[in-house]
Amino acid sequence: MAMTTEAPAIDTYTGRRGIWAWITTVDHKRIGLLYGVTALVFFVVGGMEALLIRLQLAGPNLELLSAAQYNQLFTMHGLTMVFLVIMPIAAAFTNYFLPILLGARDVAFPRLNAFSYWLFLGAGLLIYSSFFLGGAPDGAWVGYAPLSTQLTEVVRMDFWIIGLQLLGIASIASSANFIATAFTMRAPGMTMMRMPVFAWMALVVAFLLIFSLPAVSIGLFQMFLDRNLGSLFYEAQAGGDPLLWQHLFWIFGHPEVYVLVLPAMGIVSEILPTFSRKPLFGYPFVVFSGASIGLVGFGVWSHHMFTSGMGPIAEAGFGIATMIIAVPTGVKIFNWMGTIWGGRVRLRTPMLFSIGFIAMFVIGGLSGVTHAIIPADTQQHDTYYVVAHFHYVLFGGAVFGYVAGVYYWFPKWTGRMLDEGLGKLHFWLMLIGFNLTFAPMHILGLNGMPRRTYRYGEGLGWDFWNLAATVGAFTIALSILLFIINIIKSRRGGEPAGDDPWDGRTLEWSIPSPPPVHNFDEVPVVRGLDDFWYRKYGEDDEGRLLALETAEAEAVPQRDEEPEDIHMPDPSYYPFVTSFGLVVAGFGLVYLGVGGWIAVGVGMMTALWGFFGWSLEPVTREH
Amino acid sequence: MTTTPAAENVPVEHHDAGHHDIHPIRKTAMWVFLGSECVFFGAMIATFLLYRSEFADGPHAEEVFNIPFTSASSFVLLMSSLTMVLAHHAFEHKDLRRARIWLMATALLGATFLAGQIFEFTEFVREGLTVRVSPFGSSFFMLTGFHGAHVMIGVVLLAAMVVLSLSGRLYSDRGLNIELVGLYWHFVDIVWIIIFTVVYLLQV
Repeated sequence: MAMTTEAPAIDTYTGRRGIWAWITTVDHKRIGLLYGVTALVFFVVGGMEALLIRLQLAGPNLELLSAAQYNQLFTMHGLTMVFLVIMPIAAAFTNYFLPILLGARDVAFPRLNAFSYWLFLGAGLLIYSSFFLGGAPDGAWVGYAPLSTQLTEVVRMDFWIIGLQLLGIASIASSANFIATAFTMRAPGMTMMRMPVFAWMALVVAFLLIFSLPAVSIGLFQMFLDRNLGSLFYEAQAGGDPLLWQHLFWIFGHPEVYVLVLPAMGIVSEILPTFSRKPLFGYPFVVFSGASIGLVGFGVWSHHMFTSGMGPIAEAGFGIATMIIAVPTGVKIFNWMGTIWGGRVRLRTPMLFSIGFIAMFVIGGLSGVTHAIIPADTQQHDTYYVVAHFHYVLFGGAVFGYVAGVYYWFPKWTGRMLDEGLGKLHFWLMLIGFNLTFAPMHILGLNGMPRRTYRYGEGLGWDFWNLAATVGAFTIALSILLFIINIIKSRRGGEPAGDDPWDGRTLEWSIPSPPPVHNFDEVPVVRGLDDFWYRKYGEDDEGRLLALETAEAEAVPQRDEEPEDIHMPDPSYYPFVTSFGLVVAGFGLVYLGVGGWIAVGVGMMTALWGFFGWSLEPVTREH
Repeated sequence: MTTTPAAENVPVEHHDAGHHDIHPIRKTAMWVFLGSECVFFGAMIATFLLYRSEFADGPHAEEVFNIPFTSASSFVLLMSSLTMVLAHHAFEHKDLRRARIWLMATALLGATFLAGQIFEFTEFVREGLTVRVSPFGSSFFMLTGFHGAHVMIGVVLLAAMVVLSLSGRLYSDRGLNIELVGLYWHFVDIVWIIIFTVVYLLQV
């Protein structure tokens, strides 16, 4: 995959092709593309796992998968979709667009950024290598103790522990990077309250990760020690408490849900105004609801544990907090509707997916509030009702939002439009397939079908809706196939997009598609929210839009700088070396023993070499 | 959080590639990282408090802890924050020689603390407190062990800076610089104050 730049090369390595250029790249746009393509590949893999699960459950007593295989598949499906698909696709958008939306030329730490990507990829490959090394993790993505701390002679859950730890390091690094970028790299005039909503949501997500990941990291270390050194954190017989794991996991796990969905909300908040040709309704409300979702998100984790017997006071508290968090979410929904209301709406594919996002997310949000009612939750716990709920939030919500983002920003990445006809077909197939798959699961769950069981008996009344769900799953798969065909076809053969195909409002549309390595020839100076839009349009006396004459329309004013004075950071192989060392050390920890310790030593020395080389090498060499 | 100059009268200064002054950017990221570390240690301290009296068949806290000894090693670690400040101060005043001496002193005090911890751990194990004997033991060794690992990383970074300063390559505009390592080092010291109070003083 090569990114061509139409603008004449300024930087010494613009247009450098070949695998070495990609391994050593520190360009946030290339890293964003790497994240995106990797996430798409994992999406296909995780989707295949889902299809196998649905085939097994298509009818009663099917024998396609054994119980052991089924356990691995649903564990890996969850793990893949959360950590290797939705988080990285969000990282792809953030990497590519956060600096551009803020008027910056790169993220705060370009090499740290590359390190995050390579570590994420290495951790993903480490987890997936388990399939070829005796079996994948099979204790569900939540890995409850003591299920996950026993059977230590099988290393499956060690793959899960180490893989998540490495992914955690990668996420912490990129979150610190994004926070530093948003706080210190904004263009002149780009105040916090002029930042596009997507940039705001990326910032909130970075804070969520910074403060939630360490909790699960400690839990994973404890689990690792229990499994490998015989410590007693989760050993109930010796006085350990398996519930501690659930708390540590969900203190991370619930903010994680918002980590998955907030960037999608940000993307939708960019798309709706563009295609309604109106400013976002109540920008500060959308921003602060996003921030308060993040804040309250730290106080609701125990609603995942209502059946664990925490006692009435804790349960009531967490139940109420769970209802409260629906309020800022509702505020956003109404703001989005207010944005569309009275606008000159153009129903292009990104807009369709955004509206789909709102509708599906509302359903998922409402079924979520039913979990806050504790007696009802006790009935729904560990049934397919819960599976239906979180797929409405994470697929109907997050995935629809990210797909909308791909249709919206593909022209900026490649300079070409995605095919509109195929796109609309994709949307309708995915919408129908999605609802056919997951709506019946509400009924199945309320009828008592438990999740995470590999088969069910005849005559329980579950046959019809399970078959419907399986048909729906294959409909989704077909729609994703169309999506991939569309991407491959349009990347070279799509209609040329130009700089500003959607008549956009934010800074990314003021620069060429695809953007040059340094993004902006001159650093833009920002006068207000949606500055780029108001340089194109004024208003007449009755508040109607008035396109400014070309001569009158001002180009975004930029600071005087000679283009030849722009030095972008040099490529570096140290980030790759450092993450490679950490992944080798990770393998060593999975197979702890003499060989394992040697691998840990070699890996850590490699990582140390990478770290010091990286710290000592200048960001830009003297030219 | 930095403020951005008002849009209309931006001082037009010559800028390198939109690469703003990297110094506050690095410090921002370091503070964010330390915020994350607070949760990291917080989760371990919470675990320890949960298991503070789960002794199972192992020895109790007051049977093994040697408060005078640990107080002495805590004092050594806290003094290393002072030498760190002096190193940073000397570096700010371009006194590289003195900065190097204080850096070495800081690393040495850190290493002394580590030696004390290794001694203490061997004593505890001899008296029967291990990670395998009780949840108390597991959480004690995990918390103090991870803190020790942080000190060790700090000592390695300090030593690296001493070596760099010998060849005159200790710059303030590189990732590895005296101010960032200083922030990290003070954080590790402050965490120890909490650990010493919660784990040692409150348990005997």
